[in-house]
Amino acid sequence: MKETLVDFEDIKRQALTEWEALEHSENPRILIGTATCGRAAGAEAILEALETELAQRDISAVITQVGCIGLCYAEPLVDIIRPGEPRVSYGNVSPEMVPRLIEEHLVGGKPCSDLAMGFIGEGRADGIPALFDLPVLKPQVRIILRRCGFIDPEKINHYIATGGYSGLQKALSMRPDDVIQEVKNSGVRGRGGAGFPTGQKWDFCRKAPGDLKYIICNADEGDPGAFMNRSLLEGDPHSVLEGMLIGAYAIGAREGYIYCRAEYPLALKRLGIAMDQMEAYGLLGDNILGSGFSFHLKVKEGAGAFVCGEETSLMASIEGKRGMPRSRPPFPAVSGLWGKPTNINNVETWGNVAAIFQRGADWYRGHGTEGCKGTKTFSLVGKVERTGLIEVPLGITLSEIIYDIGGGIFKGKEFKAIQTGGPSGGCLSAEFLNSPVDYESLAKAGSIMGSGGMIVLDEEACVVDIARYFLAFTQNESCGKCVPCRVGTRQMLAILERICQGEGKPEDIDRLQRLAETVRDGSLCALGGTAPNPVLTTLRYFRSEYEAHVNEKRCPARVCKNLVSLYILPDKCEGCMICLRNCPVQAIAGGKRMVHVIDQDKCTKCGVCLDVCPPRFSAVVKVSGEKVDVPIEPVPIEPKKK
Amino acid sequence: MQNKLVDLLAPFQGQHGAIIPVLQKIQETFGYLSPEAIKGIAKQLKLSESEIFGVATFYAQFRFTRPGDHNIRVCLGTACHVRGGAQIMETLERELDIEAGGTTRDYKFGLERVACFGSCALAPVVVVDDHVFGRLTPSKVKEVLKQYQ
Repeated sequence: MKETLVDFEDIKRQALTEWEALEHSENPRILIGTATCGRAAGAEAILEALETELAQRDISAVITQVGCIGLCYAEPLVDIIRPGEPRVSYGNVSPEMVPRLIEEHLVGGKPCSDLAMGFIGEGRADGIPALFDLPVLKPQVRIILRRCGFIDPEKINHYIATGGYSGLQKALSMRPDDVIQEVKNSGVRGRGGAGFPTGQKWDFCRKAPGDLKYIICNADEGDPGAFMNRSLLEGDPHSVLEGMLIGAYAIGAREGYIYCRAEYPLALKRLGIAMDQMEAYGLLGDNILGSGFSFHLKVKEGAGAFVCGEETSLMASIEGKRGMPRSRPPFPAVSGLWGKPTNINNVETWGNVAAIFQRGADWYRGHGTEGCKGTKTFSLVGKVERTGLIEVPLGITLSEIIYDIGGGIFKGKEFKAIQTGGPSGGCLSAEFLNSPVDYESLAKAGSIMGSGGMIVLDEEACVVDIARYFLAFTQNESCGKCVPCRVGTRQMLAILERICQGEGKPEDIDRLQRLAETVRDGSLCALGGTAPNPVLTTLRYFRSEYEAHVNEKRCPARVCKNLVSLYILPDKCEGCMICLRNCPVQAIAGGKRMVHVIDQDKCTKCGVCLDVCPPRFSAVVKVSGEKVDVPIEPVPIEPKKK
Repeated sequence: MQNKLVDLLAPFQGQHGAIIPVLQKIQETFGYLSPEAIKGIAKQLKLSESEIFGVATFYAQFRFTRPGDHNIRVCLGTACHVRGGAQIMETLERELDIEAGGTTRDYKFGLERVACFGSCALAPVVVVDDHVFGRLTPSKVKEVLKQYQ
């Protein structure tokens, strides 16, 4: 058997020395965010440009690839630190900006204040604000994400040097029952969406009879529009793994699984690296840190099924079966994976556990509200100016999230709704902007906290279309085991499609309501039980939009294609032929100095003409339920009156 | 094929619940799950072909037809939906003259829809092979396509 390194203190000293050497490096440092979001924005090209520029000028600098700090709207992000000076963050970096950043800041010592977003650390930088004082970061509290964007997630020593695995050390010095008590004291609740008290869940599993027990990390983040778990696994994978070790020790589990979706290749890669490092340090395997506690962990790649986020489906999938849920009881705590007592927690919950043991339950309780302790990460996306990953104390209002952190609605449009909880959640209207964000308040409004997706909708979004979109998703993902979900979601979708196509019947709205309630009450698992939420909430808060579609055959947001038409206004068209040339279906007739006309039968309403018509003409209009007076065929443009 | 399957499946022998990782490995190697591959897996794992199909068809990841050289996956998650993901899909369908789920006649491109890649802050997103393209518009996606043509 492999000799395990028992003395963790030695490891810690070594990690600290390495970290200090980096922090007080004689050479300047460059940090670049290369999580998936950074890469999507072009971080790899920036990295290449940085390396080329440094090589050409023969400059020694330390480049560290870090995870996502959450400011996705400003990706790619590059930070420069000169020895003894504060760290300066630059957003929306392009390869063309790289030579200037190197020349002026890295070499010349003058931060480019016109390009900088903010500085981090002690001291000050002329004309540059403190990054964490910016409106986007000021209301945020970093517990879970505190290392994301600061450490190299592929280096275990960075994690250890910043307090990592001290929580495990502390837990291993306690009795398992006391570990569970500490989790209970912290007040942490499941971050997967349901909000069940974590300590209590662990207690059930610990007390369940049986020698062999399992713990599982649910990283099957299937909600479209949510990426909190991906970011954490990419930016700080060890925090999740440390939480799992603490949980396994408390519950008495010797084996565990991480069920991670295959759509997250970088997260999977980093988990693999992290686990190899843990084994090398004796943090995984037999006799962990010489404590006598042994734990073995495997990663299972999900194969693309939303229902596998449901715990009983997830376990069926690990067992190699079709991922179908089963009725409970028995609960997984008693009979779970392969019939053994099993405890499943979400990625973020495990991350919270590590923080609780590193900093203490009392400290953790200092954040959040009476019933909801700690912070929650959300992916703030959709029609908001500053999209990204945020972490806020529970109890913050939706308005603070959308307007203070998010910077308001994209391009100054009107707020219409916020969708929380993904396909299982609901759309909340403006009347909830001042409601606190916690499990109970969101549930009372008909939505759910969910795992943390928040999609902001503006006046250009049609809520009926959004409800149709979610139903199409859940209907497609319904496993087909129980009738209310299998048949009910299909019927609901058929009605919604009819309404969006302008073929809705007056009785459809009431029928939809009744059907939604039946599916909600009669389904076997949470997928079916919550699938009607997008419909029920939009019916509750935006009923008039449904009525406009059904009774007036009008889509107020001008989204539903069958209910909108595009026209070219004869008094504005200058006959420039741009729209004519760009129309993908050749539906526009016209000629030079002729008023262009759209053939309504040919038009697919793709909106290309609307986008390409020069703003100084703005001759193309999109309407719903209105008639616009236009010529039948191209006519010469009337000379404009001066 | 049978010999290659034996080699590929060797590490999974005797493992609990290995069927999904096995199917993932086979698809990674051959690009898709052909009828011969399914037959071979059934023989190796001592399961019936229908059991293998039953599991494989449940999950969106598995393909049963030959993929294109370049796999274009269009994200139609919620954030992409509200930021115009459908127009991106329509543009690609039109440019490639195939529907979502299809492959061009020359097997150069395959087009798929995906529920979410988790790059929502950069919506709408398209992933070509392993490269992520964010903040797309119909005209930008045509440029992306040109890089691969």
